[in-house]
Amino acid sequence: MHWLFEPGLFSNHTVRTALIVGLIVAIVSAVVGVFTVLRGQSFAGHALTDVATAGGAGAFLAGVAPIIGFVGGGVLGAGAMDAIGVQRVKGRDIATGVVLGAATGLSALFLYLSATSSASTGATQLILFGSIFTVEPSTLPEVAILSCVVLLTIAVIARPLLLSSLSIELAAARGVRVRVVGLLFMVTLAVSVGLSAIVIGSILSTALLIGPPASALKVVNRFWFGAAIAVVLGIGATWAGIIFAYDSYYWIPSHRGLPVSFFVVAFVVVEFAFFSVVRRRRGGRPATAIEDSSHHVETQWH
Amino acid sequence: MFSSFMTNAWLSGTIVAMLAGVVGFFVVLRAASFAAHAIPNGAFAGAAGANLVGLNPLFGLISFAIVAALSIGATSRRSRSDVATALSLVLMLALGAAFLTLSTEYEPAINALLFGEILGVSSSQLLPVFLLAVLCVAVILVLYRPLVFTSVAPDLAAAKGVNATLVEISFLLVLALATALTVPIVGALLTFSLMIGPPAAARLLSKHPARALTLSITLALATVWASIACSYEFNLPIGFFVGTIGAVLYLCARVSHAQRAVRSFA
Amino acid sequence: MTTRTSLDAPTDILNVNGVEVAIDGRVILRDVEFRIEAGEFTGLIGSNGSGKTTLFQVILGLRPTVAGTVSFHGEALARRNRSIGYVPQKVLFDPEMPLRARDLVALGVDGHRYGLRRRSRAVLADIDEMLSAVDANEFADRRVGELSGGEQQRVLIAHALISRPELLLLDEPLANLDPGSAQEIIGLLHRVATDNRVAVLLSAHEMNPLLPVMDRVVYVANGRVASGTTDEVVRSDVLSALYGHHVDVLRVHGRVLVVASSSDEHEHLVSEHPELVVE
Repeated sequence: MHWLFEPGLFSNHTVRTALIVGLIVAIVSAVVGVFTVLRGQSFAGHALTDVATAGGAGAFLAGVAPIIGFVGGGVLGAGAMDAIGVQRVKGRDIATGVVLGAATGLSALFLYLSATSSASTGATQLILFGSIFTVEPSTLPEVAILSCVVLLTIAVIARPLLLSSLSIELAAARGVRVRVVGLLFMVTLAVSVGLSAIVIGSILSTALLIGPPASALKVVNRFWFGAAIAVVLGIGATWAGIIFAYDSYYWIPSHRGLPVSFFVVAFVVVEFAFFSVVRRRRGGRPATAIEDSSHHVETQWH
Repeated sequence: MFSSFMTNAWLSGTIVAMLAGVVGFFVVLRAASFAAHAIPNGAFAGAAGANLVGLNPLFGLISFAIVAALSIGATSRRSRSDVATALSLVLMLALGAAFLTLSTEYEPAINALLFGEILGVSSSQLLPVFLLAVLCVAVILVLYRPLVFTSVAPDLAAAKGVNATLVEISFLLVLALATALTVPIVGALLTFSLMIGPPAAARLLSKHPARALTLSITLALATVWASIACSYEFNLPIGFFVGTIGAVLYLCARVSHAQRAVRSFA
Repeated sequence: MTTRTSLDAPTDILNVNGVEVAIDGRVILRDVEFRIEAGEFTGLIGSNGSGKTTLFQVILGLRPTVAGTVSFHGEALARRNRSIGYVPQKVLFDPEMPLRARDLVALGVDGHRYGLRRRSRAVLADIDEMLSAVDANEFADRRVGELSGGEQQRVLIAHALISRPELLLLDEPLANLDPGSAQEIIGLLHRVATDNRVAVLLSAHEMNPLLPVMDRVVYVANGRVASGTTDEVVRSDVLSALYGHHVDVLRVHGRVLVVASSSDEHEHLVSEHPELVVE
């Protein structure tokens, strides 16, 4: 296994930080991601990472602490999406697309300004693509605290959220405040992706939010078991990616190394492919039923 | 801003805007915004990769856009399409990040691809861009009825024997080509907003499909022309203006729509 | 504070008085008047679009009325009335949704509660019992999205009943079922309702499958309602008044047929085949 654990892997301080941060982010992303995938809000989840990045770019330009930009921007974006109509199946696509367009536009402005104003080359790419190896250890406490807040919120609204994700009518009939719970979830999602975007970049943020949960949900019948599997898959992909990325410095002759995002995403995709095959082997209801479920019968429920 | 060296910008911008107005109309109709966002980002990765191996970036743009479209289309019938789109997107972005790391590409060139560049299309490329745009619109015209049918009433269309998968894949390929043509001008990050903001606004302002389509093209033209002008005036990336103007158009349309609804009950 | 009116008989649980409902300015229902007693099985009969779902929304407190009142045990309706269970019309479950039938029934107990308290053994036993009562043991551990229409129906009924409501509303539960499954569901509902002393208000556009079990019928047509026992309501004169044009109510082989007719056809029918007509 010598080739896998190259010299200095575990004694390397950067790697240790990365492993811890990766662990936290993988857990939070998986838990929030299971609900995201379930509610068909993958686009919103991804869009929010880009919105968060725009916030981060703005904060960078304004000289404010990045985490305020990432999380604050994400929350604003979530609010805007909700106002336009991300909760109803019909309006979801446009709401997400419009907010993403505006945010990306602003992001373009901020990044361009910071790229041309400061002497830091590669700042654009750094913010856009991020890297877990460049995490400031001083941000760890904030990341940990916000992660706990996210997990706690999910724990509190879990059952009403699950019921309303399953069927708005059933939830409304039980007295669940569907809109409030939905908005709360969007804000929680925004905080979660803001956190992960700042420490691991927007690509990995989306990958860990969607991939492991989608893989887990393909093969389990029970929701919480699925969430647990998603967490395991997320941690697995993250740690494997970190190790391989570190090792790649030694593997590739030019000593450049490939970015962590590349490896983690590769593992996430491999996991998904694997579980997709498993599901197809097991068989199940034909896919046509899914098209029906995406066109929910919408009565005048609020 | 109307000097000769800007002629290319106005011409290519006009072509691309009309194309985006048409294709974007169906993106909004089919709720394919995620695909419209994912494909150009994937295309960007292709440009980075093409650069790495010394090929023309446009080739990379188109080929990766097509790959993205196919991978989104292939899986969309079997599982949730938004999951497939998300994973295709991150895979391509990760590849793009890897390509960028391995290459020594000049940063302004990357910025141009990401945020758009007024002079993104050179004179020699004008004719191919025009022809490819015409091709896209032609395919859309051919597919018009099945496209609308499968978007609006998929079950009925299936019952009538329309091959939904064929229509979907064809549409995604047109979308891929359209975005690849738009990226050099508007930028990979904001191409999609040109295909969402103006068409969504158009749909709010008119229920009639032909009128909405015309309005979509008009608004897209307005957006691009304004963006070129502003980009020239303020020396800022064109993508920024496209994104913000598109969003503003949508918001105005939304307000107007709400006011009309209120007035009709007064 | 209960505000019992003199109209409320002690066994009434639901009382609908002079209710008028409008959607987007258009009046859907007016002068709606009926009551439901504890344990009764009531059919809400009307064609598609007659306003049955709207009426359910009003009873559930999810839609306001233009006029009239709905009271539950003499009190005005609260939005979250846990004593009313509801089985909606078309719940399309995503086949990929990782929720077993059993889990859906469990959410009937605590789906509205914040927090993640563990379900006690008593609750779990109750869930088992309810699943048995609706004959869902076979597929209790399969994903809800993978069940057939009839199976999903039964799980939804269990989900609604497990919180022990006094009144169970079912919106067109028989609509997409074959006659055999429809009979099964009706039998199951009647049995479970009687065992648990639950009043049932079930909407349908075809009343024949319900004839054997209905205590009362609320017939909706033309924005108005006629309520009472089957004999009181399902008659040519009552329904003609409701529809605003002449209809004949015929009984053939124990089945009821409501047929639009003219006064000439009616005369002909009464003179030639009086045994068919229900006056």
